Amino acid sequence: MFIINCPYCGERDHSEFSYGGEAHIVRPKQPTELSDDQWAEYLFMRKNVKGLQYERWNHAHGCRQWFNVARDTTNDKIHSVYKMGENPPK
Amino acid sequence: MSNKFRLSSGGEINRTERVSFKFNGKTFFGYKGDTLASALLANGVHLVGRSFKYHRPRGFLGSGSEEPNAIVQIIKDKARTEPNIRATEIEIFEGFESKSQNCWPSVNFDVGEINNFISPLLPAGFYYKTFMWPAKLWKTYEYFIRKSAGLGVSATVRDPDLYDHRYYHCDILIVGSGPAGLTAASIAVKSGKKVLLVDEKADHGGSLVGSDSELTKINDGTPKDWVNKTFSDLSKNKNIKILNRTSVAAYHNYNYLIMVQNLTDHLNEEEKKNKIRQRLWKVRAKKVILATGSIERTMVFDCNDRPGIMLSSAVRKYLNRYSVKCGNNVVVFANNDDAYETAISLHNKGIKIKAIIDIRENSDGDLVKKCNDLGLKILWKHAVVTTKGRKKINKVIVMKLSNNNNSVVGNEIKIDCDLLCISGGYTPAVHLFTQSGGKLLYNENKSYFYPGKNSLEQISIGSCTGIFNIKKIIDDAYTKVNEFLKTNIENDTLVSDMKSGGFENIWLIPSNKVPGKTKSFVDFQNDSTANDIKLALREGFKSIEHVKRYTTTGMATDQGKIANMHALGIISEHTKTKMGELGTTTFRPPYTPLTFGALVGRNVKKFFDITRRTPIHSWHEKNNAKFENVGQWKRAWYYPINNESMHDAVQRESKAARENVGILDASTLGKIDIQGSDASEFLNRVYTNAWSKLGIGKCRYGLMLNEDGMVYDDGVTTRLGENHYIMTTTTGGAATVMGKLEDYLQTEWPELKVFLTSVTDHFATVSLCGPHSKKILEKVVKNINFDDQNFPHMSFKEGVIDNIKCRVMRISFTGELSYEINIQANYGKAVWEKCMEAGKEFKITPYGTESMHLLRAEKGFVIVGQETDGTVTPIDLQMDWIVSKKKYDFIGKRSLYRSDTMKEGRKQMVGLLTEDPNEVLEEGAQIVAEVKKKPPMDMLGHVTSSYYSPNLKKSIALAVVKNGKNLNGKKLYVPMKNKIIKVTVSDSVFIDKEGKRLNA
Repeated sequence: MFIINCPYCGERDHSEFSYGGEAHIVRPKQPTELSDDQWAEYLFMRKNVKGLQYERWNHAHGCRQWFNVARDTTNDKIHSVYKMGENPPK
Repeated sequence: MSNKFRLSSGGEINRTERVSFKFNGKTFFGYKGDTLASALLANGVHLVGRSFKYHRPRGFLGSGSEEPNAIVQIIKDKARTEPNIRATEIEIFEGFESKSQNCWPSVNFDVGEINNFISPLLPAGFYYKTFMWPAKLWKTYEYFIRKSAGLGVSATVRDPDLYDHRYYHCDILIVGSGPAGLTAASIAVKSGKKVLLVDEKADHGGSLVGSDSELTKINDGTPKDWVNKTFSDLSKNKNIKILNRTSVAAYHNYNYLIMVQNLTDHLNEEEKKNKIRQRLWKVRAKKVILATGSIERTMVFDCNDRPGIMLSSAVRKYLNRYSVKCGNNVVVFANNDDAYETAISLHNKGIKIKAIIDIRENSDGDLVKKCNDLGLKILWKHAVVTTKGRKKINKVIVMKLSNNNNSVVGNEIKIDCDLLCISGGYTPAVHLFTQSGGKLLYNENKSYFYPGKNSLEQISIGSCTGIFNIKKIIDDAYTKVNEFLKTNIENDTLVSDMKSGGFENIWLIPSNKVPGKTKSFVDFQNDSTANDIKLALREGFKSIEHVKRYTTTGMATDQGKIANMHALGIISEHTKTKMGELGTTTFRPPYTPLTFGALVGRNVKKFFDITRRTPIHSWHEKNNAKFENVGQWKRAWYYPINNESMHDAVQRESKAARENVGILDASTLGKIDIQGSDASEFLNRVYTNAWSKLGIGKCRYGLMLNEDGMVYDDGVTTRLGENHYIMTTTTGGAATVMGKLEDYLQTEWPELKVFLTSVTDHFATVSLCGPHSKKILEKVVKNINFDDQNFPHMSFKEGVIDNIKCRVMRISFTGELSYEINIQANYGKAVWEKCMEAGKEFKITPYGTESMHLLRAEKGFVIVGQETDGTVTPIDLQMDWIVSKKKYDFIGKRSLYRSDTMKEGRKQMVGLLTEDPNEVLEEGAQIVAEVKKKPPMDMLGHVTSSYYSPNLKKSIALAVVKNGKNLNGKKLYVPMKNKIIKVTVSDSVFIDKEGKRLNA
């Protein structure tokens, strides 16, 4: 049960949010030009990181905005929260 | 019965308030403030239960939540009876009734005790080993095993009590109100922060509650004076909330703690009335101070489980807090100085100390000196090797320990006694610390685990860190709490300092018996012995987690609060592994068992889940509708007339909808308002078909895929204006579709100027279907010309009903001439009633979701989630026409060209007709090409929808079948339990393939 600092609303309880999987997987602009393997890479393959993971969250029961979270999967510590389209902080 | 073991004075019971209660049917009395344990002990009752496996007589071991033996069944009505309640925690009240568990016919004479005498036949893993063969008989075995498993019995009817949930936010949460917790609270309130102090017990003061007022002095007063003064100072402070009888069940990440407060279990029936029984607190604390104390250890030796063998600290607490003597002739068995306080306390109250047995060579502590001065007999370097007495201890056998403590030497010394106080040292209660993710460290000299690092805003103080000296506890609390809270509160507490001697530990006391003949209990509640653990190790179990499960050590309702350390110690010695390397078993929530009532709180019955009702719901109710749950919605399912069966009602409704006119409440369909200059482009990307050329005022059916190409949702979308659409989704998919669209807009296509608004609840939707529907619309809706040229199928007009604007779509989910009126939700019922009135002359018939399903199946329309299951593409549905070949991209497009989605032999949707037109298939039934005598048979697919069609007067079904698109006309079989049904593959549109009825 963590607390997530929504970049639009501030700190809110975990239960207000929904998880959206790994972040920074960009939908290919020209899917038709990809091979089956390349498309499968986009569609199915995920890193499943142990440690610092960049992931998407949606403030589903709040402002409904999507944003990114850098979370350590070993202890659920959230290192940073940043908006869609922004690069992960170093 | 008299309180013959109650001292004539002292203690903190209210002697003016006598309380009578029943135990095992017998009436006893105690005083207000007594626990069941203290009251029974005052009456000289030690035998309270039988052990789990061997049915050995058991008494009280401890005085709090660590108690493994004395667990009882609370007797009340069928709804409120409760098993496994610790007699050491439950407070008695007038009329309180309870009984022993796991014994028959009585605790005094228990038939199950036979297990004790055949115990060599019942080793660890007995059930695994014995009942493996033959596998077939397991069901028979299981019945009997289940019967003998478990201790008490649970309630059999609904719990009528009230439970509550409360969220609480505070700056500082302090868990435990012993000397450390009270000290921390005094500092914390001075910081001006919002403080919450909780303790699982009724009393505050922790270990000080049982301490001897003569031996320890705080600020020149008794420990109790200090506790009272500190507590009353705190109570006056506005910054703090103090809760007693409140146990922290779980400590989650980000300082989120779940606690259960017991509000009425100690009150009598009259006082309990209309009160909330328990409250579950969900606490978010900025900082947490754990002052959870420590639990005294027993020692593991042969027959260490008899009634009358108790923890030394518990005996001291019963004596000083409840004024109860647990025996008259006492032997103390110790490995540390703390037990000597108990001995002195007992001695000073006139109770005979027969001997103190100490495994150490000696001790130079102040308390030991005092015992010597009082002339108490101490046997150094000796150990109790076994005990005697069937239902109560009557003798201990003591022997000298060898130099290396591996064996006992010399002659047996027999000492008669009726109470044996054991003190095996203290184990820090680190449960909450580890639950919160903290790592434990091991102190080799003192044999305990203590809190190491934790990344949370949290500290541990007091004896849960391994400090057991009261002066050191308070001094250390000042230092640590000041540092943690960045305060600078001066330590003005003066504690008389007492020197304590060393500590020595033997995990398993040696015996003079043949190995294997001893019963040295490690886990009292689950009856696991040192021999069980050794056997598990010999049989190859190495991991502590495996040994624990195989022997069930630490897996009873007390979660091994007492057992775990000895289990670890014995494993470590046996495998020659260091304790620190061995690690501990995982401490999981809850710390003490909690009730289901507390967990669910008010979320029961109609509050279990949200119920959504349409604005027309009350009409359906009044008109005898049966409802079905669709997600959270209640939808009218069918409307039986005069005890009609469901089948008859649905046949009548479906017929009426095609022959005259039917009316359906479609308000639950998801509705999303889409606006913005890129709205058309957006729809192009989310639907499989093309949207740019849809004219204003036109409607179009759309299919939405997941990125993997599988059908996700469908519905009709209407273009209301140049940049304005209204999308309908399935009832169940409304929220997820909205979420998915938002996701793409925000994350993949932020350049699109599109705004989405969920308007599902804003509109009521009344759907009219059938040849007379147009005539009703003409009567009800003004400002619309319903001519086919002016208002053709798949188009939309704005109209007025009694000056209220409405949207009318001519769309059809049945294949019949059909309209949908969308109107502001609060007018929904009025419009419905208006239509019913206007439709009287056309025999208008309300129909429910079941008829809707039947009607659309006649027309071969799919229902997402019925014909599809997340593995079905539009091509599989044979709906190739809806997939645009021209569009460059849409969600899921690329996946339709993956080798897997294109491969031959996928299942396709087809129609099925039974050979016997009256035979209705079962939905979900499997379809085969060739019937074999018995399974396995090659399964081609399954029936997805099946009805008897009243309009076609035959049975129809939709199905997904392997290679179905090439099987038209082919005969297949549906094997059922007692028959084989012959079917023919057909087109999936059964009625009006040409679409004539749409314009009837």
